[in-house]
Amino acid sequence: MSLGQRVSSDHQLARLLQIGVVLEEVVESRAAHHLESLPADEREAIDEEVRALLADAADESAEHRERLEALVDELEAETVAYEEINALVDAQYGPPEDTDGVLYDQLCNEETAYKFYDDLIEAVEASDAAFDIDRERLLETLYDIREEEREGVEEVTEIMERRA
Amino acid sequence: MNTADQYLKAIYLAQRIDDGPASTGTLADLLGVSPASVNEMVGKLESRELVEHEKYKGASLTDEGLERAHDALQTYCIIERFLANVLEVEEFREEAHALEAVIDDTVADRLDTIIDRPEECPDCFDPEADCCKYLEVEPSRAD
Repeated sequence: MSLGQRVSSDHQLARLLQIGVVLEEVVESRAAHHLESLPADEREAIDEEVRALLADAADESAEHRERLEALVDELEAETVAYEEINALVDAQYGPPEDTDGVLYDQLCNEETAYKFYDDLIEAVEASDAAFDIDRERLLETLYDIREEEREGVEEVTEIMERRA
Repeated sequence: MNTADQYLKAIYLAQRIDDGPASTGTLADLLGVSPASVNEMVGKLESRELVEHEKYKGASLTDEGLERAHDALQTYCIIERFLANVLEVEEFREEAHALEAVIDDTVADRLDTIIDRPEECPDCFDPEADCCKYLEVEPSRAD
């Protein structure tokens, strides 16, 4: 266990959930940017499977975001609007070279999200702090989202392996 | 960021503050732990050849330790910048310290895709101010 690797207050929990929301917004925005960034011929060539993967990833992130936002709301904190994060992604965005690059970025998105929720769950479980939100519901939400991120990693990996 | 990386980062900053080997006292202050804990961890880092320790002088990073300390400080800078500029947290230093143990490098790398960080990072980190010398802080968003 690292120094202080536990969530010790509502404030810290809200902050970590806010970071989760931003991560989901980054995934959603980058998936949209990837589709738009490819040159027209590449966009045509991008197969249905990859297109569906990106669309599903964006939908799933939006759904995760809403679930996290509900928790943040209960902790009486605010989240950063999607439009703001989308603008920040836009400002720093460098498009991947090709479809493989898009898939690799998507894999990083899913792996990062999985790692984030895994660490957050560990930090909540390690804490004996009493939160303003129901701990069981918090953990159930985080377990669900983590499981979907794990499935996301598998899905991208399978597509990448098939294309290799 | 794991405990070893937090210590390596602190040794790097303490070496800059002390302008020489990092003293146990400076490290204990930076990390908010006891001198005994510092000595124990420095011993462990020494056995992993990340740190050299000279009695009565203090700890210095080896080349490998320096490389890891650089990465750890970069991760820390990302967390501070993210808190200050994206979430607009006024107490970003204190919160970055509280969060660094829970935020993994891969997560920081993703957050890095939406922040503007100078190329010379982390050399521009000011240990006295405990943040990047170029960091511009925006007015606070309601928490």
